[in-house]
Amino acid sequence: MYRYTEHDQKIIEERVAQFRGQTSRYLSGELADEEFLPLRLQNGLYIQRLAPMLRVAVPYGLLNAGQFRKLAHVARHYDKGYCHFTTRQNIQFNWPQLEEVPDILAELAEVQMHAVQTSGNCIRNITSDQYAGVAEDEIEDPRPWCEILRQWSTFHPEFAYLPRKFKIAVSGSESDRAAILVHDIGLQLLRNDEGELGFKVYVGGGLGRTPVIGSVIREFLPWQHILGYLDAIVRVYNRYGNRANKYKARIKILVRAWTPEVFAEKVEAEWSHIKDGPCTLTQEEVDRVKQYFTLPDYQVLDDATEEAALQALSADNIAFAKWLERNTLKHRVAGYSIVHLSLKPTGVAPGDVTDSQLEAIADLADKYSFGEIRATHNQNLVLADVRKSDLHALWQEAKSGGFATPNIGTLTDLICCPGGDFCSLANAKSIPVAEAIQRRFDDMDYVYDLGDLSLNISGCMNACGHHHVGNIGILGVDKKGEEFYQVQLGGSSENDAALGNVLGPSFGREEMPDIISRILDVYINNRLGDELFIDTYRRIGLDPFKESVYAKNH
Amino acid sequence: MPKIINKDKIVDDKWVVLPKNYSGNLPENQLSLAPMKYWLENKESIRIAVLGLWIDSDEDVEALGEDANQFPLIAVNFPSFTDGRGFSTARLLRERFGYNGQLRAIGNPNRDQLFYLKRCGFDSFVLPEDTDLEAALESLKDFSVTYQNAADQPNPHFRRDQ
Repeated sequence: MYRYTEHDQKIIEERVAQFRGQTSRYLSGELADEEFLPLRLQNGLYIQRLAPMLRVAVPYGLLNAGQFRKLAHVARHYDKGYCHFTTRQNIQFNWPQLEEVPDILAELAEVQMHAVQTSGNCIRNITSDQYAGVAEDEIEDPRPWCEILRQWSTFHPEFAYLPRKFKIAVSGSESDRAAILVHDIGLQLLRNDEGELGFKVYVGGGLGRTPVIGSVIREFLPWQHILGYLDAIVRVYNRYGNRANKYKARIKILVRAWTPEVFAEKVEAEWSHIKDGPCTLTQEEVDRVKQYFTLPDYQVLDDATEEAALQALSADNIAFAKWLERNTLKHRVAGYSIVHLSLKPTGVAPGDVTDSQLEAIADLADKYSFGEIRATHNQNLVLADVRKSDLHALWQEAKSGGFATPNIGTLTDLICCPGGDFCSLANAKSIPVAEAIQRRFDDMDYVYDLGDLSLNISGCMNACGHHHVGNIGILGVDKKGEEFYQVQLGGSSENDAALGNVLGPSFGREEMPDIISRILDVYINNRLGDELFIDTYRRIGLDPFKESVYAKNH
Repeated sequence: MPKIINKDKIVDDKWVVLPKNYSGNLPENQLSLAPMKYWLENKESIRIAVLGLWIDSDEDVEALGEDANQFPLIAVNFPSFTDGRGFSTARLLRERFGYNGQLRAIGNPNRDQLFYLKRCGFDSFVLPEDTDLEAALESLKDFSVTYQNAADQPNPHFRRDQ
């Protein structure tokens, strides 16, 4: 993974010093609340319901074991012994003291981490595919491009006070695992007919109050021009985005008001002045960054031998076999596997990890996966390069650590925001709903029979739990001070991205497991062969679900 | 006389900002910043040398374009410090229209924006009245390293001599 150069390190250390000064001016009363607000937000610091919350950046989801150990230390010494992985591959600490945040940032800088632009109306952390570099369907490794974009967006002087937050995601493979269609800018790496590398550029996707699927504004942008083209898009948005109403301030509203065609024309006009200028990327710079993402030192293995040994072990161990089936994935190098560590055991808030678990995972990464870990936007972790012959030992250690729940991609691997338990924006709690659903559906054979199914829960319309793009989406709503839950069906964040449709009137919290159960019954009774939930939904539509859920005789 | 930051010095501010809806004749013997709109509507008749312009955050600097260089001082208004349109206006003035005169941030920019403002091409700054200007000068130097090309630096980091 990328290692900071001397100047990368310096810029992060100078940021810590800057924020230390700003925090002390705030604490002494020199800076007013409203002046400190954007400064702390651009360092990832929210004031939450119970305490400040610090969001630490994990650029494109990539971490190393040393960083995990530092996160464990921060969780133990500055927080209550745990942290939370978010739906944008970042990490949140829920209980830091404001006075100590500069010290936390200084500790993080020691391991090349920071909280730069993890919040606020600026360009946020760039997200990507958790299988970058190891996916079988990869066209181009997105990580070097994400790092180039990270540097471009870090302290970009023109774009620190945008109308609203701005999120960019990059995918380098055929299957979109980075949800690029629901980002302010989605970038798809691809090759044209001449074999040249470039980007397909989507703008104006997003969730929140007004969910929109992004529109293509350029079919092919040669790689050399990516920074200038992004400058042009964000400049047009900075100048013409709505600043009067924060609910109409995202780029998607501007793109929709102008139409994607007109927006594209404005961007092209702006870009015509920038094109071929100094920010045109050089092969030398791309090569410099790419050298940090070379292949790890894989052994040459015979896949058949490794696979046979694995089959022998799993034949008389059903639990191991189930874990292999759900939590591991084919690697593009013979004899290796991609392994998911589930952060969704029943009874733990989805995405939460303790300090000692962080250390245990760091040890596993060192022992089995070249010391690297990836965070996924589904709030799980990935060890991307595990030798197949190590899988059994890894499984046993992961099991004792509490992150071998064999539920990846299933109903109980649900995405869930922190909700009303922590977040001051939330209308309703989300964690108790997640837990109630996990408890109801504790029969793993039933869950496996349902197959791939995404269930996403957000505690408010800001949609941090991505409820619009869950096959089943749950949204917490407030009705006269009481918490209710609205259900949506048919969402997807993949290549066939779609927004869910609202089922009907909302439900009380205690009804939710029954409601989900009725929805699943409709699917089971209507599916053809091994048809997935989303495909059955698309075939039969919303009505059969509606009729069953709202039928009077229940 | 109010104090402002000009380059890296604290100096007296001798300029008066005329209101956005200003009409009629310009004040005599007074350094005046006229609204850009006033100049666009009266440019044939204006013959006063002591004139600068100010551009509001919702105005397109393209209307002024390369005529900018007729003015010794142009100010860009930040109606609130969170309104970041002026950052783009400044870069366009400097980098697209080649403006070489003094470029001033007015309205409500604050100390913690100085580094970004400077990078976008501003060289003078009217900060809120209660700002400790001596201390604020430090914020012009918040960072010694930058990644992007901007008005203060023609090349991104990867094209500079390392």
